[in-house]
Amino acid sequence: MRTAATRTAALIGALVVWAAFTSVNARLGWVNPVLLPTPVDVGRATLDLLRSGELIRHLLTSLARVAEGFGLAALTALGLGLLVGLCVPLRLVAEPVIEFVRPIPPLAFLPMFLVWFGLGEASKIAFIGYTTFFPMFVAIAASVLRVDVVLLRAAASLGASRADLVRRVILPAALPGIVVALRLGIGLALFVIVGAEFMGADAGLGHLIMEGRVFFNPAQIVMGALVLGLLGSLLNALLLTAERRMLGWRLPS
Amino acid sequence: MTTAGPKIQIQGVAKSFSVAGRAMPALAEVDLDVAEHELVCLLGPSGCGKSTLLNIVAGFLAPSTGTVLVDGRPVNGPGPERGVVFQEYALFPWLTVTGNVEFGPALRGRPAAERRRTVDRYLELVGLRPHAEKYPAQLSGGMKQRVAIARALANDPAIILMDEPFGALDAQTRETLQDELSRIQRVEHKTILFVTHSIREAVYLADRVVVMTSVPGRIRQVFAIKLPEVRDRFAPEFTQYESDITRVVKEEVAKVHE
Repeated sequence: MRTAATRTAALIGALVVWAAFTSVNARLGWVNPVLLPTPVDVGRATLDLLRSGELIRHLLTSLARVAEGFGLAALTALGLGLLVGLCVPLRLVAEPVIEFVRPIPPLAFLPMFLVWFGLGEASKIAFIGYTTFFPMFVAIAASVLRVDVVLLRAAASLGASRADLVRRVILPAALPGIVVALRLGIGLALFVIVGAEFMGADAGLGHLIMEGRVFFNPAQIVMGALVLGLLGSLLNALLLTAERRMLGWRLPS
Repeated sequence: MTTAGPKIQIQGVAKSFSVAGRAMPALAEVDLDVAEHELVCLLGPSGCGKSTLLNIVAGFLAPSTGTVLVDGRPVNGPGPERGVVFQEYALFPWLTVTGNVEFGPALRGRPAAERRRTVDRYLELVGLRPHAEKYPAQLSGGMKQRVAIARALANDPAIILMDEPFGALDAQTRETLQDELSRIQRVEHKTILFVTHSIREAVYLADRVVVMTSVPGRIRQVFAIKLPEVRDRFAPEFTQYESDITRVVKEEVAKVHE
């Protein structure tokens, strides 16, 4: 309760500072006011695009790309992460390759995805998939590897078969790590979708922001950024709630 | 089921571990028989290989040489006829107390009603009925180890292997759990191999105390404890066993420091 109230107050405070600064600037002209949209400008731009349905269209387009790219990457990372976590020879092959590819900034490969998949949906989805796959895969494999051997021994001496060990011990023991990996992936997907939509897209929040630049509409740029931020924190809150529901056993009380 | 021979036969078991490319012997040529319904304590200085021996009997480790026979059949992996209780409890943290205790029966697909009866019975035995729906994170160390004991018993193994099960508990809880294990054993009649470094604990619980040498571990001396089933820690006979065994153990501990 208290934290919710504090948070609201802090947000309103930030909004007031923003409004105060931009209106003082409009009087004194430190910076050309056209370059510094006020909260009212942004609010008006948001309302306009909401009324025309454009904002929702761009939002849904971005969300669909994130969902598909992240979904594909999550499934692949889960499958391969479990496999590599469970199988030592596979790990020996996978580790050096991953260590080599992982430090490459994903955006460096974005043009490659445009070359391979063209300007349509496929390139965006593939790019989000590529970006989110590695960190999720590494985190999931690590959480499988971290499963306490004493739990496996306990289950084996209660009669667990190899399949039982995977289903009844390794998966539940790795679940907290898997959930963290998925949260990481969602955050990253929202992070890179903008970049992917800057290049050769005709819809999406990233495209909306770029359009703001092309048509010199700073309010639209700020609006796009704020919507992305809002979306990120909403998704994160949703996942945190789900995590707390599912993993209540970790908390002593 | 009655078997003619001993329940557990440890025959010429030795184990060395490779440390930095060199074979370090941990256990040298151990021969030991454990009779059905017998409680044998393995006692020795820390690092003497007593836990290694227990892990070999459990099937978690393969011996470098020698074999372990259970009911005359060689052990080559963990199995439900040999329940294990670990020092670090090893409860499944995502399952409730009930979920942990019924883990074994659930693996074997026992029907829910039967599982509930089993859980009730063993939680009653360890005094944890009121805590059936709690998670391990909500329990004290002593309660966790009670759950682990109930979990092992609920799977109905003929043998229970206990690896310093009370080692992480405070002295008070430790004695309470020794009392409980002694009481449970009078009801359940399992064959128990119990690793400890507490002489008092060994004399209190064991039919026989096996004192092991320092590294590499082998059997130094076996003491048959001829005391009544219900033991008094302050009886003169009890303290006599304690001091006899202490003398032998001290010699072994001294060797480690030489």
